[in-house]
Amino acid sequence: MRLTQGQFSFLPDLTDEEITKQVQYALDQGWAVAVEFTDDPHPRNSYWTMWGNPMFDLRDAKGVMMEIDACRAAHPDQYVKVLAFDSSHGFETVRMAFLINRPAEEPGFELLRAEGPGRRIGYTVRSYATGRPPGERYGGETRHGT
Amino acid sequence: MSGTTGLLDQETRDRPSDTPSVDLDALYRESGIGGMLAGMDRELVGLKPVKTRIREIAALLLVERARRSIGLRAEPPSLHMCFTGNPGTGKTSVARRMAGLLHGLGYIRRDHVVSVTRDDLVGQYIGHTAPKTKEVLKRAMGGVLFIDEAYYLYRPENERDYGQEAIEILLQVMEDNRDDLVVILAGYRDRMEVFFRSNPGMASRIAHHVDFPDYEAEELLDIARLMTAGMQYRLAPEAERAMADYILRRMAQPRFANARSIRNALDRARLRQANRLFEARGNAIAAADLLTIAEEDIRRSRVFTQ
Repeated sequence: MRLTQGQFSFLPDLTDEEITKQVQYALDQGWAVAVEFTDDPHPRNSYWTMWGNPMFDLRDAKGVMMEIDACRAAHPDQYVKVLAFDSSHGFETVRMAFLINRPAEEPGFELLRAEGPGRRIGYTVRSYATGRPPGERYGGETRHGT
Repeated sequence: MSGTTGLLDQETRDRPSDTPSVDLDALYRESGIGGMLAGMDRELVGLKPVKTRIREIAALLLVERARRSIGLRAEPPSLHMCFTGNPGTGKTSVARRMAGLLHGLGYIRRDHVVSVTRDDLVGQYIGHTAPKTKEVLKRAMGGVLFIDEAYYLYRPENERDYGQEAIEILLQVMEDNRDDLVVILAGYRDRMEVFFRSNPGMASRIAHHVDFPDYEAEELLDIARLMTAGMQYRLAPEAERAMADYILRRMAQPRFANARSIRNALDRARLRQANRLFEARGNAIAAADLLTIAEEDIRRSRVFTQ
């Protein structure tokens, strides 16, 4: 199941050229661009791991693309996203966020039902991938190791 | 760019008998290089070899753009440069101008200059240098990276110096990201030569070695005029003669630093002018007095008493 979240989630995955243009747009607005990655694809997981610090002092997208390439090379089997943070008064929040890398195979989510009092059903989802410990999800890292 | 090429391709295909032609003059006019080169001539005194080289580069980039517009192969030329010359010959000023020029010619994407020295590139302990250098390179991407006194990067007396690591990262980026970054090294001639001798890789990756000549006395006087005008001062006619004398005497003395010495001399003349006006307080001071640097402000310099 193809995971979608953030901006452009209904579009096909962005090419490097398209990512460059989006990043350049963010930099032109004066936003700080950050790169984050995770192997826990749950939609409510807001704690992704930061790839370095947010880049506050760049003017050209190429600098960000270098970090993006480095992050994708280090974590080819994980989700990677780009964030643009607007520090101006009144916003002080993330203005853009989109996925730029995904594992080759995405097992998707299981629907869990919990029966409560009066046969009330509570629903939740659980990623099949998170059944395994971090680092072994999506096969990638263990295959390198063994 | 690709859009125009495609269009022209189609045109050539449709009319195969036509040889495509390019209006170089139109390209020249729309790029605004003429204005930039004229500005350079106006604001930079002397520096003939430097200006010639910049003109050549401008012509090369323009022709390259024309070639691309008719679908010919146009490899972006390597434009890493090395500016050598004595102190105060305008290396930094030209480097700052270079970014605007290359941006106007469409060679680099932004017109920013990131100016660094050894301290910004080289770390203090093992593993500190690479991230530091990469951080600077990231910041400079798309524009010009200006490394002042580049020979300090290499310290031959200490074989475990981290400068070598910075040089290697720099070399790799200069090679791989040629269309993203122009690196300009600057420094005094003799020391740069030693630096290149011990880093042949660096020397071979730099296509343009530009030598900044020392200024002539008349050129220095022109510079003094430009500087005073820039600071909204005026040299009285006698003061100008005094300045010419000053320049001749100062040039003969040790530690003469070309335009920088002139700037310092003018700063001191301003100091003496302010002092003179302050001593004479009580009388009304005309606007012209505030503007004018008089002969005595320059004649009272240490250079004339020695």
